[in-house]
Amino acid sequence: MTGDMILLGLAGVIEAGAPIVIAAIGETLTERAGVINLSLNGTIILSGMVGFWAALETGSIALGFLAGMVVGAFVAAIVAFSSITLKQSQVAVGFVLAVMCKDLAYFLGNPIMGAQAPILYAAPVPFLSEIPIIGTLIFKQSIMTYISIILIIFAWFWVSKTRQGLILRGVGEKPAAAFNRGTNVVSTRYLYTIIGGALVGAAGPFYTLSVKAGWKGTITGLDGIGWIVLALTIFGGWEPFRVAFGAYFFAFLQWLGLVLQSTLIFIPSQVLQVAPFPLMILALLLVNLGNTDWVERFLATLPEKSRTRVKKLIRATRSQPPAALGTPFERD
Amino acid sequence: MDIEFSEINKSFGQVHANADISLKIPGGEIFGILGENGAGKSTLMKVLSGYINPDSGEISLGGEVSHISSPADAIGYGIGMLHQDPLDFPPMQVIENFVLGQKGRMILTYKERIKEFQTFQNKFGFSLDPRAYVESLTVGERQQLEILRLLWLGVRVLILDEPTTGISAQQKDKLFRALQLLAGEGKTIIFVSHKLEDVESLCDEVVVLRKGRKVGKVSPPYKTDQLIEMMFGKQITLLTPEPAVKERVTLELKDLVVEKYPLRIEDVNLQLKAGEVVGLSGMEGSGQDILLRACVGLLRPVAGQVIINGKDLSHKTYLEFMQNKVSYLPASRMEEGLVPGISIAEHFTLTGNTDRKLFIDKEQFRQKTQEKIDEYHVIGRPETPVESLSGGNQQRVALSLLKESLNILLLEHPTRGLDIESAIYMWEKLKERCKKETSIIFISADLEEILRYSDRVLVFFSGYVSKPLDSRHTSLEQLGQLIGGKGWEDELVAKESYEPSK
Repeated sequence: MTGDMILLGLAGVIEAGAPIVIAAIGETLTERAGVINLSLNGTIILSGMVGFWAALETGSIALGFLAGMVVGAFVAAIVAFSSITLKQSQVAVGFVLAVMCKDLAYFLGNPIMGAQAPILYAAPVPFLSEIPIIGTLIFKQSIMTYISIILIIFAWFWVSKTRQGLILRGVGEKPAAAFNRGTNVVSTRYLYTIIGGALVGAAGPFYTLSVKAGWKGTITGLDGIGWIVLALTIFGGWEPFRVAFGAYFFAFLQWLGLVLQSTLIFIPSQVLQVAPFPLMILALLLVNLGNTDWVERFLATLPEKSRTRVKKLIRATRSQPPAALGTPFERD
Repeated sequence: MDIEFSEINKSFGQVHANADISLKIPGGEIFGILGENGAGKSTLMKVLSGYINPDSGEISLGGEVSHISSPADAIGYGIGMLHQDPLDFPPMQVIENFVLGQKGRMILTYKERIKEFQTFQNKFGFSLDPRAYVESLTVGERQQLEILRLLWLGVRVLILDEPTTGISAQQKDKLFRALQLLAGEGKTIIFVSHKLEDVESLCDEVVVLRKGRKVGKVSPPYKTDQLIEMMFGKQITLLTPEPAVKERVTLELKDLVVEKYPLRIEDVNLQLKAGEVVGLSGMEGSGQDILLRACVGLLRPVAGQVIINGKDLSHKTYLEFMQNKVSYLPASRMEEGLVPGISIAEHFTLTGNTDRKLFIDKEQFRQKTQEKIDEYHVIGRPETPVESLSGGNQQRVALSLLKESLNILLLEHPTRGLDIESAIYMWEKLKERCKKETSIIFISADLEEILRYSDRVLVFFSGYVSKPLDSRHTSLEQLGQLIGGKGWEDELVAKESYEPSK
């Protein structure tokens, strides 16, 4: 394998990771406000189908994405209404929606199976794409991939550098305290759930109009991605950069699986296709290892120097969820 | 600004938390609101601060009827409240907590905010690190932060709900000085408490609430007996109990070293006798809880031994400590002590179902629970869910759940947040157990409680532990100084490397 091929492969990883990044950032914003939108898997498939259909009918890729985002926002609004206003279990509602949206997409999408919709092509940035390595890696992508990278930076900036971001964190951490400081907890949660849902809804058309172009019903290949996004949000500790890193890491593992298929012929291809999923679970376990009691007990037996070093390492990887995640806010 | 409540009513289900309360609070005073647990003090104050909307009644501010329906409205009128459980954000930094809720530009510039914060807190003699995480602060420091935040928002009426619970004597002095300074500037301070001595020493005027109703208003000089009678409707006297120490050693700590980041306690040696009470004193987070948890196997010692009745249990689990009749009552009743959502009877079923039958004899446990409820004077029924009990009653339930014959009982803040009557009752029950040869180790922030009820005292100061002090020969002042890190030279002859930092 030549260096150029690896470079192209890695550029492909960034492209393949982009829709995951967009959805994971959306879910991060939602969960930062204290709401879990568990419907992701269904939302991505349904918005992918609807977005594809909209682009097919209108011939406009932009309208395709818009349609997908509307679907995502709508599903999120159902989650918001039932969990924030009706104070029902976020897990139950989200799970039912995840299953329902998926089946709905396959059922309603039958007429457009295998149709040819417009495809979002790469749009190299003038001059910047000439830069060696980085140019190929980042600046020869599609517009949506550029947007996904900007979105990571924007989300980080919003959450950690703005007043609104501080309020967002407060609402997810301790809604009673945020309310006490004059924040409208209900509307804030609605807002971020719907915005987050819209971003998740953009990931669907991103697949069907670009990364995995086409709508092929159950074999479109979108099933499972939503669950990975949910895991990545946790794996990334609700921090945009770490979440994005996780998304690229997952895309990298998938690419590796494809590449290794040709060299490691003695391993069945199914194993390599599935491998990224257990590897993600392993990564999740490692992240949360530091929280367990037996690790603390084990550490206590280590000699002084290595103990402090290991502890520091564990502290750095440890992630703490927004304290009020998944719980409704009651005023009195 | 004068505040006038007229006929405030608020019910939570069956409980009438506030019943026709009418009250006038003159501006520029430190006004006390006194009452036992569940008297309706907090509810009334939450109504004033907009956190709760009353069922009926209205509040006039400076002679005009106000429309307060949210905390934001109250802040608009210049009313701010320091809640009993601090309403702040533990995983965030001090400065972020300070800024959250302020109006201003979208993009935050922390450098300038920190400068403002520093000059502002200097005025009150507070010294908080703006970049520290709130979870690393003591309760007292979190209060200081909240007070600063409210004052920065231009609050003219400051409500403090039980602010002296869980803070050290030094922090209390600091707080009281700051409050007097604010009152001198013309601000109205409303001080809510169940502690007589705090109210007596601070307030210009006191109103007493009992069971949701106003009992009366009192001006200085205060008569303690009169206040107690107003609070409880009867007389209560404090008794110093007789020691019940036997010769037999039940717990022995040998050169114990325990560690929980960032604290480390070294070389603790203690021989606990049967029937003895040992109090652990010190500022919150000085290491008391670490030692206590090491005594029940919730924290594994780095070195040294924990010996229970001659058996070395140093590296054993909590379960094995329990089997050796060691019991532990944590400070956070609802998180670690009881199970919210299930009833009192179900708690007894959980702890008492020792014959491990598949089906539960509900009637039997109901009867057993009723007996315990009568014995411990719990206000509630077997089917009452524990979370709807008041703090004092929750603590009674937790105590009644403990096994009858125990070797060692470890308690974290056994009377925190309880009114005098409940606290006295609690200790009566504990001392009964001491007579049956149960030894007790307890943590408390209340120095008087430490001196009154313990036979010996261990003082903690940022990870250092004193040798056991005889409580009969220790004065309140001595104890207060040790907690603040003074007078340790005599205590630490063996530790030559130690230098008091403050």
